[in-house]
Parts: sequence; structure tokens; C-alpha cells
Amino acid sequence: MNDTVLTPEQRTDQLEGIGCKRKRVEDVRFVQGKGNYVDDLDLPGMLYGDFVRSPYAHARVTKIDASKATALPGVVAVLTAEELKGVNLAWMPTLAGDVQMVLADGKVLYQNQEVAFVVADDRYVAADAVEMVEVEYEPLPVLVDPLKAMEPDAPVLREDIKDKTEGAHGPRKHHNHVFTWEMGDREATDAAFGKADVTIKEMISYQRCHPSPLETCQCVASFDKVKGELTLWGTFQAPHVIRTVASLISPIPEHKIHVISPDIGGGFGNKVGAYPGYICAIVASIVTGQPVKWVEDRIENLSTTAFARDYHMLTEIAATRDGRVTGLRVHTTANQGAFDACADPSKWPAGFFNIVTGSYDFPVAYCSVDGVYTNKAPGGVAYRCSFRVTEAAYAIERGMDILAQKLGMDPAELRMKNLIRREQFPYTSALGWEYDSGDYHTALQKAMDAVGYAELRKEQAAKQEAFKRGETRELMGIGVSFFTEIVGAGPSRNCDILGIAMFDSAEIRIHPTGAAIARMGSKSQGQGHETTYAQIIATETGIAAENITVEEGNTDTAPYGLGTYGSRSTPVAGAAVAMAARKIKAKAQMIAAFMLEVHDDDVEFDIDRFRVKGNPERFKTMKEIAWAAYHQVPPGMEPGLEAVSYYDPPNMTYPFGAYICVADIDVDTGETKIRRFYALDDCGTRINPMIIEGQIHGGLTEAFAIAMGQEIHYDDDGNVTTASFLDYFLPTAVETPKWETDWTTTPSPHHPIGAKGVGESPNVGGVPCFANAVNDAFRFLGSTHISMPHDQWRTWEAADRLGLHT
Amino acid sequence: MAQTQISLTVNGKAVEASVEPRMLLIHFLRDKLRLTGPHIGCDTTHCGACTVDLDGKSVKSCTVFAVQADSAEITTIEGIAAPDGALHALQEGFREMHGLQCGFCTPGMITRAYRLLQENPNPSEAEIRAGISGNLCRCTGYQNIVKAIQYAADKMAGVQEAAQ
Repeated sequence: MNDTVLTPEQRTDQLEGIGCKRKRVEDVRFVQGKGNYVDDLDLPGMLYGDFVRSPYAHARVTKIDASKATALPGVVAVLTAEELKGVNLAWMPTLAGDVQMVLADGKVLYQNQEVAFVVADDRYVAADAVEMVEVEYEPLPVLVDPLKAMEPDAPVLREDIKDKTEGAHGPRKHHNHVFTWEMGDREATDAAFGKADVTIKEMISYQRCHPSPLETCQCVASFDKVKGELTLWGTFQAPHVIRTVASLISPIPEHKIHVISPDIGGGFGNKVGAYPGYICAIVASIVTGQPVKWVEDRIENLSTTAFARDYHMLTEIAATRDGRVTGLRVHTTANQGAFDACADPSKWPAGFFNIVTGSYDFPVAYCSVDGVYTNKAPGGVAYRCSFRVTEAAYAIERGMDILAQKLGMDPAELRMKNLIRREQFPYTSALGWEYDSGDYHTALQKAMDAVGYAELRKEQAAKQEAFKRGETRELMGIGVSFFTEIVGAGPSRNCDILGIAMFDSAEIRIHPTGAAIARMGSKSQGQGHETTYAQIIATETGIAAENITVEEGNTDTAPYGLGTYGSRSTPVAGAAVAMAARKIKAKAQMIAAFMLEVHDDDVEFDIDRFRVKGNPERFKTMKEIAWAAYHQVPPGMEPGLEAVSYYDPPNMTYPFGAYICVADIDVDTGETKIRRFYALDDCGTRINPMIIEGQIHGGLTEAFAIAMGQEIHYDDDGNVTTASFLDYFLPTAVETPKWETDWTTTPSPHHPIGAKGVGESPNVGGVPCFANAVNDAFRFLGSTHISMPHDQWRTWEAADRLGLHT
Repeated sequence: MAQTQISLTVNGKAVEASVEPRMLLIHFLRDKLRLTGPHIGCDTTHCGACTVDLDGKSVKSCTVFAVQADSAEITTIEGIAAPDGALHALQEGFREMHGLQCGFCTPGMITRAYRLLQENPNPSEAEIRAGISGNLCRCTGYQNIVKAIQYAADKMAGVQEAAQ
């Protein structure tokens, strides 16, 4: 094919670059069942590990007798805390600066806590042996309510630190206290409340839920005794961090640890942290000299690894009579469970909760968070959101609706009145963030126009009248939410994990024939990185995406990166790959100028080539330049064409959006039907609109699940009562609403290609939108706040409390 | 533990094996036959990631013992494409319509849809949604899975222009 006959548009299309709805590269293997997930791995001599777990939420472990289990044919080893103490691994550090038991050391602190690790040559034998380990417990008083954790006579949970007055994040004021974290100007905020015309105050609780990817957490550890090297395959969203942690807590030097994340079956925050299963599999492999596989089952997943939320947010807003907000005050009690194992950047014990001013121009604000220990599982991960952002969005978006109700204003009108105006960007919030860009009013107006907002309110008013007349038993709710995300952690000045700055990285090598491989520090769990990073490189270098392989997850070959969570792949690794591509382009320009026998400055980039300025017939394609890079470089230049970039973002990015939901609720059954859901997202430059839409569908579905039913529930004895898909709500295709997606585009001014990240926005904006719709349906009856999740029973109860069933 | 001899057909090939009576079909397929396309996503027969076709019915292979599959004919995701490697209309549809993200539910979902389209070659959207309601997906929100199945139904019915 002769390139010269193609139009510029055809040449651009051929690249499948930024903006192209490129079909996914990954799908070819996935649709044929040829994905490569951890549990697919089968190594010679591989053993299987399985846990003995505590039936009690709080108990002393007085005796562990593994003799019957070890006598069972096929059982190779049983590890307890005593064995782990020999390698100093009975406890492990958490990402949040706390320590966590790997196996029960003297006591257990939550139900299903890991007590012993059985290793056998077969999955079934391991499960048999688990039943044969005899453990004696002495039950202790159980604490599950975080609001009672700091009462004077609350049970002492963490005996290991009960006398410590200083924690990882400052002073501790009670034996169950983890940290206090404060942001903002308390005095000025109190003053604003003192002179406010109107204030609202509501306890807004975000229930404990769980990311529950369809593939659970799992790993295979293989220790080579001859080389002294460990290879660890696992479901790791951040493989390099896992390697560093493994090295820090073991005698194995980091260059002798090879961490590999193969295909991952969804993460949503569940697979960021390090869990006892990983440690036990590693130790078991070192002890036995054989590979050890550990695969969590679903009950273990829901009840032990990585819960999310459990934030109880006392939310107050001050405003003028005509609806201008003048102050925000939020005090949060954060239930951390038995160990503080939150996966937040190290200096942020409550994540970026100080985004709680949302999208509104609050002149002053103050927020504080108290973390407490309870007899619940540890975790506190960002389930499809940046760190604690969905909690913040839920508090402020419910708060704004409650304020609108008190003022007698329409919720959309109140938002319009208080949204940060376009000319205020870059905008510094009262709680310290610099919002990079936004055009909020345009987005909200577009959303309102798209759904016919005024007409919907008229229809609702008519239905309310009909309801009062007894002509219908159905209520209509209109939910509005406007959210601002804060993603792309993050600048090294304020974000690190265990001291490692939260940059990310890319390495690109152009091969002699003009094909390429890019290796990334991030790790896809379904986001489609193999497809989209190639699109960025294609646009930046002029090499067609189909000729670019993107590889992630192997710490031996990928440059060091901090991984994929908090929507950071596009803002950080996406920036790194663009910068690496620009380094390549700069060298290509010199090679092209040499080939064309002109000065470097006399050539210019044109889609897939460099051409002589003013003489476009004279050019060298990237394919030709790539070949030349390996045999005809200018004098003094090194051969080859490759580049590495480590990108330290100057700021976070701030995707935003306006969502509107219409719900119809049967007050006699509590059933809620989502009639319509419209989502407008602004994620800056759009790399692959098809993938963006897919991400939004998925994020909205998870938001729907959380708002309408998901809860990890504990009874008063600390029994987790929702630890399987029988009780934990995952919507099927039947319940899931149909989604309408839309967009505006406000590029990030500091990101190399203007992109902001999108995967988590729909969860952040979606949850309050559903909650506002349900609450809005009952608003005219005087109801202020009904807590999530809005399942049928709770909605029926809410109707009952309002006297609708008499 | 005692072993039981079974013989069955998997993806058109005759298979003879001796298994423990308690071995689940999903473990037999994955660990013994190394057909790792079907996955395990839960322990309670809710998620459908392990769906295979057994004697013309969709079954969740985590709730079937391997010995129950004695003399059965089984198709897994690995047996859905044509023998020459050409993708099935469903496999093509899932890619065209962006009906998958992490890919973990996809083998079960496609295998279920494969049977659904034989039971009902021209399903409505509601029938598709009900027909795949035993298969959970955490990534896509199902909307594009529905489109993917419609794409395949149209293609299999000989309609050339599939949905957008």
C-alpha cells in the first residue's frame, strides 16, 4: 500500500489513536476462554493452602491441635502463628501504618479471622484437613458498633497497642481509637454556623459493603531454594508494591522476588492490599520447597478481605435564606475493623475525604475523622472510587438535598446556585484542594435539558396529588447528583505508599520494523489497558495501535509503578506513556531530519511521519525512521529507539458529572423501579469512547448495587450475616436499569493529553443519585433522610414509619 | 479415596477418567482436563462463571459432580468456536459490542447465551435479560452483553447488518 495516496483523515483513522472506538485487544483471548488468571496456573508439585478460620468475632485462642490434620495423608504442613513467629511473620505491617495478625496470635478479633493454614497436595484434602484442626476458644465481649467504640467501658480489642498513646497518624485518645484527622478552619466554620440563616444537621451513614470482583483474591507462591528466589503470581492491582512489601518483611532481597499479575478478574479496590493468604502461601512454599496455591472462596472474600465504607458522617451545612451555602462541617466516625488496613496513600488516613465540599463554592469548611477499632474485618478500601471520595460525595449530595428541602428549594436550583463557576478554575477549595478545571453549570444544564427536568417535576407534583387523593400507591422520585472526583494520586509532594512516591511509569521500545512494545507500571483488571495505552502511543508517535503490544504485571520487565486503583491509570501512567512517546518522537525527529538532510527544526510531525516544513512531499514515515534508528542514525547519536518515563503528576485530576435518576416506588411492597438514569460525565480528553461508556455502565451498576442493596451486615455477636451471594446483593441483568450516557469535555490543563480518568466517577456520582431519588419520593411527606441501602424491606419500613400503611 | 470410572464427551472428544465421587465437574474440567475457560466465582451456584453446556442444557458445573456427567456430552467455552478456529457469532458479538471487561464471567456468559439462542433464536431484550439472569457480571452492567447477544442472534438469523 502506498501511504501517499491516503488522505490525512485515512492516515489518522489507520492509527486508531486517541478518540477511536477501538475494539479491545484483550477480548480475543477472553471470548475463547484463553485468559490467563491465577487459578489457571498449574505448576509441577503444586500444593494447595486453605485456612482454619475463627467462628468467633472476639475470643482468646487457648489451644490449637493440628495433630489429626497433619496425620491425614496428603497433608504436608499446618502453619500457625507459632510457626510464623520463627520467620518473624506472625504479624505484618499494613499500608496504613498499623500491624495486622497474619495468623491468630493469642486471640481473634473478627469472625473468619485466619487461625491456621493447612497445606496439602490436593484442594479437597486441604479442605478436609481444615475441619480436623482443633481450636479452643474463650469468647470475649464483642464490639461491632463504631459509635460505641470509644465509650469508657468498651472492650479492649487491640491488646498489643492498648497502652500506646501515639499511633501512625498522631495521638490516640482511647484504647479503641486509631486516629483523628482534621482539615479546614474550625473556628471560621463555627463562626459561619453561628450567623447562618439556615442550618441542617444529619447523621449520614454509608454502610459497610464489599467490592466483590467475580474473581476472588488468590496467589501462587513458588520459592526456588537453589537460587533463593521467590516467584509470586497473584491478583495484584499493584504488583511492584507487593514486591517491595515482600522484600521488606522477608530476608529475600528485592531482585530475587518476581511478582507477576496475570489477567485479573476485576478488582474494584479489593486487590490493592496484602492479605494473610499471600504471606502464608509464601511461607508455606519456603517451608515445603514446593509451589503453593491459595485461592480464596467467596465467603472468605466477603468476610475477610477488603471491606469498603463503614463511614458515619455527621453532616452540617450552613446557608443563607436565599440558598447560598456559607459553611460545611462534617464529623465522621470511621469503622476500621480490627486492624487499620486501609489502602490509602500513607499520609492520608481518611483518604481524600476532604473533597467533601464537593462541587460547591463553600467559603469555609471543617472536617474531622475519628478512626476506631471494632470486631469487624479489616480493610477500608476504595471500592470503585478514589480514596474515600464516594463517602464524601454521598455526604455532600445528601446534605445538599436536605438543605434544599429545608429551604423549600428545588435540589437542582440549589446546586446551580452554589456550583463553582467556570471562571473560578483553577479553584482552591476550603479544605485545601486545587480543582484543575471544570464547567459545572454547562454540565448540569445539559443533564436537566436532556431529561426534561421541569416536566418531570410537574409529573411528580401531579402524582403526589393523586397519591394524596388515594388514586395511586406509587411515588415518584427524582434524584439529582453533581459530583467532583479527585483522582490520579498523586503528586509526590503529598502522596506516597510506604514512602514510595505515587508516580507511574512507561517504557516504550520501537522495533526496527516500526512495531512496538510498551511496558507499564499500572495493571489492568478489566479496564482495557492493552487497548487504550496503544491508542495514546499511536497518536503521539504515528505508529498504528495494531502494531503496539502493551504489557503489564511482570515486575521483572515492567518499570516500577504504583499500580491501578483510584482511577490513576490514565491520569498518571497514561501521562507517563504520552511523555515516553514524546521522547521517542523527539529522537525520531532528529533521525528524520538527518535522513532528509535538513536541520532538525526544518521538519514537523504529521500524523504518522515527519515532513519537511513547506515541502510536504518530502517526508519519512515512522516506519522508515524506526528502521533507520537501527542502521542509519546521525553521527554521535546512539542507535535504537526507546524511552522510559516516570511521571510525577503536578496535581490530581478532577473529573466531574451530573446525574439524574427517576424512580417509581410502590409504597406497599417497597419495590423501587428505576425508570430512567441519565449520566453525564466529563473526564477530559476521551481516549476510547466505547471503553468509557462501558466503564460508566459498570460503575453505575455497582452504584445501583450499593445504593439499593449491598451491605456487609454483622449481628450484635459479630457474626457476618451477608457473606455469600445468597445474602449479598449483586444485581443480575433483570434488576439492572438501562443506562443513558452523555458527556462534556473539559480537558485537564496539566495532563499531557488532557485526560482525567473515568472508571470510578459513575460509582461516586451514582450512589447519591439513587439515594436522592428514593429520598426525593418521600420528601413531600416530611421525610428528611432514609439510610442506604434502599432495598425493598427498608423502603417498605420507611413508608411504614411515615404512616403510609395505615 | 475411592475412584469412579467415567466416560464422557467434552467438546467433541471422548474422555475417560477415574475421579473421586465428590469431585465437582468444574474441578474435573479445570484441574484434570485443563479446560480453564470456565471459572469459579462463588460457592453457592449464584454467579454462573462455571456455566457449561451438558446434554443440551446450561448447567453450573460447580453444582454437578463429575460422576453425574458420566456418559454426558459437554461443551465448554473452548468448544464454542468452529473447529477451524473461526469465532462463533457470540464470541464475535461480545467483542464487537464491548460485552466484556475483565473477561472472568465471559466464558460462562457466552456458554449460557449459546444455549439461550438455541432455546429461543430470536429473543426480546427482556427474554435475554431473564435468560442470562443466572450469570453475574461485575464490570459491564449487562447493557452491552444484551447487545452482544442480539448481535449474535441477528447474525445467526442471517441478518447481515447487525446492531450498531
